[in-house]
Amino acid sequence: MDFALTPEQTMVVDMVRRFVREEILPLEENLDADAEEVAPEVLSRLAARTREMGLYGLDTPPEYGGPDIDMVTRALIAMECSRHRAGLYAPCYQAFGGARQAQLFEATDIQKERYLYPMLRGEKRAFFALSEPSGGSDPARAIRTRAVRDGDAWVLNGTKLWISGADRADYGLVFARTGGPGRSGVTAFIVETHWPGFNVTRVVHTLRSSKYATEIHMEDLRVPHENILGREGGGFEIANDRLARQRIPYAAECLGVAMEAHRMAIDYARIRETFGAPLAHRQGIQWMLVENEIDIRSARLLVLDAAARADRGEPFRTESAIAKLVCAENGFRVVDRSMQIHGGLGVAKDLPLERWFREMRIRRIGEGPSEVQKHVIARDIIGGSLR
Amino acid sequence: MPVRLDGGWQELDAETCAAVGGHLGVYQLGTADGTIVYIGVADARTRFGLRGELLRHCADPPSGATRFRIEVTHSYRSRYMELVQAYLHDHGRFPVANTDLDRSRFGVLRPGGGPA
Repeated sequence: MDFALTPEQTMVVDMVRRFVREEILPLEENLDADAEEVAPEVLSRLAARTREMGLYGLDTPPEYGGPDIDMVTRALIAMECSRHRAGLYAPCYQAFGGARQAQLFEATDIQKERYLYPMLRGEKRAFFALSEPSGGSDPARAIRTRAVRDGDAWVLNGTKLWISGADRADYGLVFARTGGPGRSGVTAFIVETHWPGFNVTRVVHTLRSSKYATEIHMEDLRVPHENILGREGGGFEIANDRLARQRIPYAAECLGVAMEAHRMAIDYARIRETFGAPLAHRQGIQWMLVENEIDIRSARLLVLDAAARADRGEPFRTESAIAKLVCAENGFRVVDRSMQIHGGLGVAKDLPLERWFREMRIRRIGEGPSEVQKHVIARDIIGGSLR
Repeated sequence: MPVRLDGGWQELDAETCAAVGGHLGVYQLGTADGTIVYIGVADARTRFGLRGELLRHCADPPSGATRFRIEVTHSYRSRYMELVQAYLHDHGRFPVANTDLDRSRFGVLRPGGGPA
């Protein structure tokens, strides 16, 4: 098996790495330790650079103006984009185009005109509302938000939790139960945030002070029938497709932060002296660095394997679940060890390690907790009896 | 946890401000009748956290502010966004002394209840 990068991939990795070093890291010297945004004029300048690089709109299909990149290259870019303080949840401060609601590429022409194209032009923002207080990892069973047909519209009632960006969005995808229990009873709706009955009621404060989540209440919210995305009862496939598709770059971002934390730990261990010798001379420190190295290398192989399978058109659900699980778990351990090597400095906001520690902890839960990834893997390797 | 800051007001004077800890957090400045005139955040760039920010305002109180209230929190960024958006919901505008805020950077929050 050949894991060497192609000349094009090497060029892209070098280019993105230079972009982070020359454009992003200097910016962060003047930003708050938990910053998630840069000023609009700064973002415009950064986005102009990524357009010059031919990498703007990373997750946008080429027919809609995005770069035509394979999944392995996408994973490599994700690793590089996340190698800075805000890198886990705001990689390069969205200079590469930010997150897209990929499901809208499957929308009707009218829906695309109204929602997709304005989003791609940066005129509208969107959110994705799947999780509820009753759960997020098992949406087929947990969704209690109810949609009832009333003439040409549906009336939605319910609560969504852990929803990022809803307070600043123009519209969003809301998953509601239109039928009985289980997968076939869930439908996806495009909901505009100014419609009566739609309320973002609070910010949900967590370990992550930036990119916060919100809680949404819907009370007799009327949604036109034509705002169903896909087909009635087809919401679960839409949600599931998104989760599977996003696991690879999501995993790669964890890895990028781990790589940077490890680099910092090695540099610090070389220069920091205790009791007359550099930390790097201590076996206890050496073993931590070795464990970091092994955690990073093994995770990197797994995420690239999942990406390569996706590029070959082979099933990659199990591989992407393994990659997400290992990158989140290993990445958390690497950041933890790197903090330990830095001592008191590691927990101070002077360095990015404390932010990565908090945010990496969330990565073990977000987009499917490690235990759910294990459940997905077990189902695939044991067989249908677990379904 | 209440959406709006409902801690008690304290006098915006040097002695009281100097007694505040140097923590990260959010704060509000108000007039004698309890009108909120400014919502602020003591983020990781501040030299002495909430104390530093309050002493700065104490030296030059904005828009007739004579009182302050604080909330120590590690989630200072999300809490600040929430407080400003709750104020926008209640009053339809920013606090009078928050003159440097850009409306496009804040969203729409519709919390229950009313201003404290």
